[in-house]
Amino acid sequence: MTLDKNARLGLLLATPTTLYVLLLIAAPVGMTIAYSFWTQEFVDVTRDFTWANYREVFTDPLYRTLIFRSVRIAAMVTLLTVLLAYPVAYHIALNVKKNKAMWLFLVTIPFWTSYLLRVFSWKLILAQNGVVNSALLWLGVIDTPIDTLLYNSEAVVVTLAHAWAPFAILPIFVSLEKIDRSYLEAAKDLGEGPVRSFLRVTLPLSIPGIIGASMIIFIPTVGDYVTPALVGGSDGAMVANMIQVQFGKANNWPLGAALALSAVVCVTGAACLLVLCLKLIERSLK
Amino acid sequence: MNRVVAVLSRIGRLLPAYAVLYIGFLYLPILLLPLFSFNDSKVLGFPLTGFTTKWYASLAEQTALFEALKNSLIVAVVSAVVATSLGTLISRAITKHRYPLRRTSQTIVMAPLVMPEIIIAISLLIVFLGIGIGTTLFTVILAHSLLTIPFCVSIMTSAFGQFDDALEEAAVDLGETSWGALRRVTLPVVSPGIISCLLISFTVSFDEFILAFFLSGNSPTLPVYIWSQVRFPAKLPNVIALGSLLILVSILFLLVAERFRHRSERFTQQPE
Repeated sequence: MTLDKNARLGLLLATPTTLYVLLLIAAPVGMTIAYSFWTQEFVDVTRDFTWANYREVFTDPLYRTLIFRSVRIAAMVTLLTVLLAYPVAYHIALNVKKNKAMWLFLVTIPFWTSYLLRVFSWKLILAQNGVVNSALLWLGVIDTPIDTLLYNSEAVVVTLAHAWAPFAILPIFVSLEKIDRSYLEAAKDLGEGPVRSFLRVTLPLSIPGIIGASMIIFIPTVGDYVTPALVGGSDGAMVANMIQVQFGKANNWPLGAALALSAVVCVTGAACLLVLCLKLIERSLK
Repeated sequence: MNRVVAVLSRIGRLLPAYAVLYIGFLYLPILLLPLFSFNDSKVLGFPLTGFTTKWYASLAEQTALFEALKNSLIVAVVSAVVATSLGTLISRAITKHRYPLRRTSQTIVMAPLVMPEIIIAISLLIVFLGIGIGTTLFTVILAHSLLTIPFCVSIMTSAFGQFDDALEEAAVDLGETSWGALRRVTLPVVSPGIISCLLISFTVSFDEFILAFFLSGNSPTLPVYIWSQVRFPAKLPNVIALGSLLILVSILFLLVAERFRHRSERFTQQPE
């Protein structure tokens, strides 16, 4: 095959980056897959093919619970983040007339500051002498501080719903912004009230944005390490924490690799299911 | 259905107030750290006891902190340069050239964005230890530039995409070589995009924790150092003071990056 000058130059410019990413993704993931079929023997790894690690992941109730909990927490985080963020994206796209860029910038600023510190800050918000308890005490809603705000899966859900906010607002905003305004006027001319035109025009047309937001939030949440470690306690621990234990203290890399890959497979399956559900909702609204 | 309509139309009227409240909720955690950093107590909680700057003053005594800061700066600067260079090269190819497997190469370089970081971290750990290069700042740089390439590609494809090809053609017609046109016309016009790539990659790398946690070995970056301090209550006020400074620096950085991005948009906008 002969290529013209334009194509050859393009290939030349694209190859280094593509190779760099391929080398640092495909090769390592391949090695991880290989590891997951090997066995740890004290400090060495025996390279005989075995399903034992996967069997352990799916039969040991500890690992099974962690994977299911991670997927459940990620689903709850996705739902809560989208529900809370949708009205804000709607407001910026359809109500704000000037300075939309300023609003979007305002929404993204907090998320360029350290993730670690933001999660840590939630620990201070939910602590026994933290912001929530102090405010409730001051308002007289409660007499004694609530000590169950931290160290459970709900704390993880709230913290992550905060952490992912712009990842929900931005894609939903983009899909709302793209809607042809003449559809909304047509709905109005045909006698639809603002709410009905929202349910029958705006919402269905913004489903692609909701799907995008859900994927961006759901996938990394399943693998989150920092938030469960800081605010989750033992009831809110997730699969990434156990993967880290296997690569650290427990020193069982093959099991850790099998755990990580099983989590990826479950995430992919759950993500496909999520997209399917949203598509069905989209169809039923139209 | 009528109940739903009634509820939704009530929500509709409250929308502006809700949006403002929500943005307040987004800023709550990052405003809390500076507040506690000036509080004269080892206990991080209410009620506040008094104003002090001693937590900032005692930061100067933490030698491990400065070591970690130095490591983070090295990692962030080098990986920003690597990611920006690699990202710019392929963005130019994607926007201005038709070559085989163009879409595939674009998908590949965007892939790090959709992979859970813990998976990238353990995979790289396995390979780096397997081939015997161990874990050092160098391995963190490899991982961070991998992570930030997608950001650079999205910024630079849009910068090159908005660039008016006629400018380059005009330069060639006026006698520039194609390399000269690239260097003296194209690069200056897209340079605000390049600068915003550098700043964003720097910020992402500077804050990144998971990859550094697995791959930094005995030379912790700043987030890894902070992580090691978070478990000791006595160290917390120092961590909070440090955190407040970091938040301030990140926001300043972001404002500068945003200015450059704006300028790049204005610069490359074509007359209607």
